[in-house]
Amino acid sequence: MSTGVANWATARLPRLLRRVDPAVVTAYACIVLLLLLGDLYNSSFLSPEYLLQQLKVASFLGVIATGMMIVILLGQIDLSVPWVVAVGGMMSAAATAYGPVGEALAIPFGLLCGIALGFLNGIGVAYLRIPSMIITLAINAVAQGLMVVHTGGFSPQDSASIAMRFIATGDSVLGIPNALIVWALLGAAAIFLFTRTTFGRALYAIGNRERAAYLSGVDTQRVVLFAFAISGGLSAFGGILLAGYASKAAQAMGDAYLLPSIAAVVLGGTSILGGRGSYAGTVAGVILITLLQSILSVMQMPEAGRQIIYGAVIILMMLLYGRGRRVQN
Amino acid sequence: MSDWRYRIGEHKGTLIAIAIFAVMFTIYLVNHPAITSNGFSATAVANVVNTAANKGVLLALVAVAQTLVVITSGIDLSVGMIFVLCNCLASAIVVGSGWQTALGVAGVLATGLLCGAINGLIVIFGRLQPIVTTIATGAIYFGIALALRPNPDVSDKFNGDLGDAMMGRLPGGIPASIVALIVIMLVIWIPFRRSPIGRAAYAVGSSEMAAYMSGVRIGRAKFVAYTLSGLFSGLGGLYLTFTTASGAASLANGSTYTLNSIAAVVLGGVSLFGGSGSAIGAIFGAFAFRAIGDLLFDFDIEPLWQSLFQGIVLLVSVCIGAAQLVRVRNRLDLFG
Repeated sequence: MSTGVANWATARLPRLLRRVDPAVVTAYACIVLLLLLGDLYNSSFLSPEYLLQQLKVASFLGVIATGMMIVILLGQIDLSVPWVVAVGGMMSAAATAYGPVGEALAIPFGLLCGIALGFLNGIGVAYLRIPSMIITLAINAVAQGLMVVHTGGFSPQDSASIAMRFIATGDSVLGIPNALIVWALLGAAAIFLFTRTTFGRALYAIGNRERAAYLSGVDTQRVVLFAFAISGGLSAFGGILLAGYASKAAQAMGDAYLLPSIAAVVLGGTSILGGRGSYAGTVAGVILITLLQSILSVMQMPEAGRQIIYGAVIILMMLLYGRGRRVQN
Repeated sequence: MSDWRYRIGEHKGTLIAIAIFAVMFTIYLVNHPAITSNGFSATAVANVVNTAANKGVLLALVAVAQTLVVITSGIDLSVGMIFVLCNCLASAIVVGSGWQTALGVAGVLATGLLCGAINGLIVIFGRLQPIVTTIATGAIYFGIALALRPNPDVSDKFNGDLGDAMMGRLPGGIPASIVALIVIMLVIWIPFRRSPIGRAAYAVGSSEMAAYMSGVRIGRAKFVAYTLSGLFSGLGGLYLTFTTASGAASLANGSTYTLNSIAAVVLGGVSLFGGSGSAIGAIFGAFAFRAIGDLLFDFDIEPLWQSLFQGIVLLVSVCIGAAQLVRVRNRLDLFG
């Protein structure tokens, strides 16, 4: 009897283990470890209020990281996040200033601006074949220039609409923050997109080998274009949530999100070379980064130390999972 | 002597960069208010040229740093951060007089070298993508800079005499910064370009596989390229300290210089896919980029537009310089 169970376990366990990405398991293990460490430091760390608050803060990063993940799955990268986030926040806040119609259209307008910038990125990458890191950096600079002209170089005065504040700060069901619900819905949509649609399959296929995907009949250029447009839209949506949270937009509001969004995706086991990764990993990465930020700020670590720790953690995790192949193979 | 056509072809990118620079800088000079109001006097022209040279050399040094990595078909997004780190460090240790200053300069340059070497080691032995590696190491370097100078600080102990000498003019009105740049290039770039390691760096950029198969020591070539890149960023940071006599851990400054270095490299005819182009071209690209950016000042347009204008110049230059579309011979090449 017991040998039968053991046999079953030895036969089943490896198969189960093989299906689980070690990176995702490590990421979740790190979350538990961080929570325990935080609990040792301060006993209110494991209280439900604190954890919900962390998840609420995490959902802003989660929305942005979802867009980043779509692009990284293609084997590309989106460096236009900082100012597309700012465009989303500023444009929706600016629309709010135009009476009731503007207020109603604030969120769609902000999203549309982000999608338009993402579209430009996508055209550059898919059709002009410009390396993604370069075109997205350039679009980031243009977006910055546009926003500087728009605000006149000052901190923008427009405040966020009621709807923006509601989705970012309110809580409707059982005290669960709306931002978290938004992230959960978005995550469900992303999982559906990645695993159940041809678009999702095409993302992974292009990330593995674009030439093979093209020869298999995938319209790779259109898939890349839409992937960048979605990423731009999600960055802008992150900006809208952030503007709602702070009840107004700010000049450099997106600067703090580029590195964490890449880090969250990479820590979650998505290959930076594309074609491999799961959304569960990205969720783990986002929570991990948010907890890390929270613990560092509880410990009153100065900004300098935080930057150094971020960089070191990314390099360490990449060395564990993201290494390229040797040239001779 | 009939090989002139090949020679021109080989240096096409650099020659185009020189032409763009000549046109843009002439437009800039001819319309400059300080020159037009003084009736094109020689001193006014020399003043404007000196200011432009001092500003341009900063970007030129960072652009050379970017070129060294781009040649190996990598990209270095930490050049701006090494630049800022070395600026902060220089404002703290290039103090006193004589030997102490010399020691401080050596310390700053060694820091630049070390930062570049760390990038190189991670890319070569860690086999990580240069882009993610340098984003992450850039964050670390910026963190260190922030730790050195939590608040922007004018260093009263900074050796101002050295700064003034490097910013001033030599007899004959030649800007000292240009002479320094030429000396640096003669001492570092030219020997590197002509050495087997320099050739290996170009070979790695054209095709790492082919270079490996031909017995090129690819690791060593990349390591030297990344390390020298760090040194040039460090020189840029040192030069920034000469201009401002202060150190500021400014994230905006770091990312702007990283971004502009890429634009300068592209304008300078260096291929972002690696294996071709020259640091000389990148220097002219940097000066041209600065001249284009400063044109707005000539025509008295609100400074507010400068950021957008530079962004568009950047966008257009990378679209022209980096679009692979124009190089495609076979439809399948697109999806390489």
